[in-house]
Amino acid sequence: MNMRMSAGGFTERSLEIIRDLKHLEGPMLPILHAIQDEFGYVPEDVKPLIASELNLSRAEVHGVVSFYHDFRAAPAGRHVLKLCRAEACQAMGSDQVADRARQLLGIDFHQTTLDGAVTLEPVFCLGLCACAPAAMLDGEVHGRVDEHSLAEMISEARA
Amino acid sequence: MTVTIFVPRDAAALAVGAEKVARAIETQIEARGLDARIVRSGSRGMFWLEPLVEVRTEHGRFAYGPVKAGDVEALFDAGFLTGAADHPLCLGLTKEIPFLRQQTRLTFSRCGVTDPLSLEDYRHYQGLKGLEKAVAMAPLDIVKEVTDSGLRGRGGAGFPTGIKWKTVLDAPASQKYIVCNADEGDSATFADRMIMEGDPFVVIEGMAIAGIATGATKGYVYIRSEYPHAIATMMQAVEIARAAGILGASVLGSQHAFDMEIRAGAGAYVCGEETSLLNSLEGKRGVVRAKPPLPALQGFLGCPTVVNNVMSLASVPVIMDRGAAFYRDFGMGRSRGTIPIQIAGNVKHGGLYETAFGLSLGEIVDHIGGGTATGRPVKAVQVGGPLGAYFPRALFDTPFDYEAFAARDGLIGHAGITVFDDTADMLKQARFAMEFCAVESCGKCTPCRIGSTRGVETADKIMAGIEPEKNKALLADLCNTMKFGSLCALGGFTPYPVMSAMNHFPEDFAPAPVREAAE
Repeated sequence: MNMRMSAGGFTERSLEIIRDLKHLEGPMLPILHAIQDEFGYVPEDVKPLIASELNLSRAEVHGVVSFYHDFRAAPAGRHVLKLCRAEACQAMGSDQVADRARQLLGIDFHQTTLDGAVTLEPVFCLGLCACAPAAMLDGEVHGRVDEHSLAEMISEARA
Repeated sequence: MTVTIFVPRDAAALAVGAEKVARAIETQIEARGLDARIVRSGSRGMFWLEPLVEVRTEHGRFAYGPVKAGDVEALFDAGFLTGAADHPLCLGLTKEIPFLRQQTRLTFSRCGVTDPLSLEDYRHYQGLKGLEKAVAMAPLDIVKEVTDSGLRGRGGAGFPTGIKWKTVLDAPASQKYIVCNADEGDSATFADRMIMEGDPFVVIEGMAIAGIATGATKGYVYIRSEYPHAIATMMQAVEIARAAGILGASVLGSQHAFDMEIRAGAGAYVCGEETSLLNSLEGKRGVVRAKPPLPALQGFLGCPTVVNNVMSLASVPVIMDRGAAFYRDFGMGRSRGTIPIQIAGNVKHGGLYETAFGLSLGEIVDHIGGGTATGRPVKAVQVGGPLGAYFPRALFDTPFDYEAFAARDGLIGHAGITVFDDTADMLKQARFAMEFCAVESCGKCTPCRIGSTRGVETADKIMAGIEPEKNKALLADLCNTMKFGSLCALGGFTPYPVMSAMNHFPEDFAPAPVREAAE
């Protein structure tokens, strides 16, 4: 997100996104995804705008945003590392990979490193269950993750 | 003659380096000035061999795998483009690889074979034949064909697809919808992802047939956000299909209108439940709706709606093309046709295996899957995702059939199998099932919302050796309440993994001090 964007610019851009999509049947999720793509999270200030454009209460909008794991209340780090925590990956040692990631990054899940480089998140299944354990660094998928490839991913993200 | 090289673009192939391999091949073609082109296909579903590269020769397609970018130069040196068989990575003719040869690929016939976004390829390999037949048929006849095929919902519930369609067809309304449930959240399942990435037009064709059969003119595919590659491929495929007149005001030039949109989920597992999915699609919290009313009568925006799994819809084109009897002839009992079994987790030969219903669990795990990847004994397999039961070896004679699994307190679900070796701790797995339910519960009904959290606490007490007998009884009682008191399958089926772990692996639920003493 452009942190220097003026308050007026923010409102204008948000309204543009909302008005572009409000004609859809069930426009809320497409709008929230587009807002998060634009700003990196769903800012608190955008909720009243969505509410008024879609003729909903602010509470309804907040209810939707807070229901879904995907929508962030604050920007993530520069890179997001998602580690699969589901059963097929567990069967291939994903718990050990997760422990190693926590150790290497010095953070727990749902946290961001102090230098702002990496946010660590759990994910329940990336559909890569036959080449487990699986991970996703930003949009890029990784299979058969071991300590070595994990360390590579992390150093790449911190570079 | 230009040689064609196939490198998968499937997410699982990309996850193990297919992109780098494709680039290395490109570099070699250029450096050597060869007359060759690369097609980015879907995956054949043999993931232990990915990245699997194929070369089309006059004798057929030769496979090489697993190929690393560093292997490419040596492959070219060895005569890769002419099907060199003496290279250690050469697997021979693709179609002769036993894992593939023994399958019955009806739904996945094109996956891994074609360029997923080439309509020309799609038509060449029998695509659109089902839809061509359907546009010339009366809606009731299409519904009858699907009913007669015996196709049941591949999402997990196993409800007869034709009956669902008939309900929507008979519902009077000015607007009806087809919703494709592509919220494939179960661990060990990737069939929907593979088909959307590897043969997206078959999903579109299936949806268009469903639309014509029921009078629905609008469709939505709700794809989970964890599948960005599938979302991108489906979006491109819809554009291509629309430009080619497969979608739009006049489907294949007929009087039928049908169009569709791709929508992304937002990371909620419960949205794979059909009513919760409909709420999410409408832009609400993905909370489960009480039934009745059935979605078939009051679904998306209150209109009659077919909600079908990706696999159900992708099976329809072949049924329309080859006929109900052809499809029904595969399978056993009331489970007709083929099922794409997904073998995953700690397994030697993990992948997608499409076959008629009826193989035993042991055949699937030991023979097709080849046992564990670690080489240790198989301790348990979980069938049907996080809500499916853990089966011990003693139940490996169970045939892969909806009713046979139900009779043994299990379920097929979306046909995913996770293999665990003997290092697995089944108490830990039972606790995870409760924890997962607690994280993903939509919160609408109390047994699921509260029961799952109490379940985690109770499992922790058993782990800590606190009044184990009393707490095991409590956990069983809690499971009973969740099973019969929950509104949907999330709370209702979480007891399957928990109870099966407790019943089949009691030694893992023994109090901690005893376990330590035994070691």
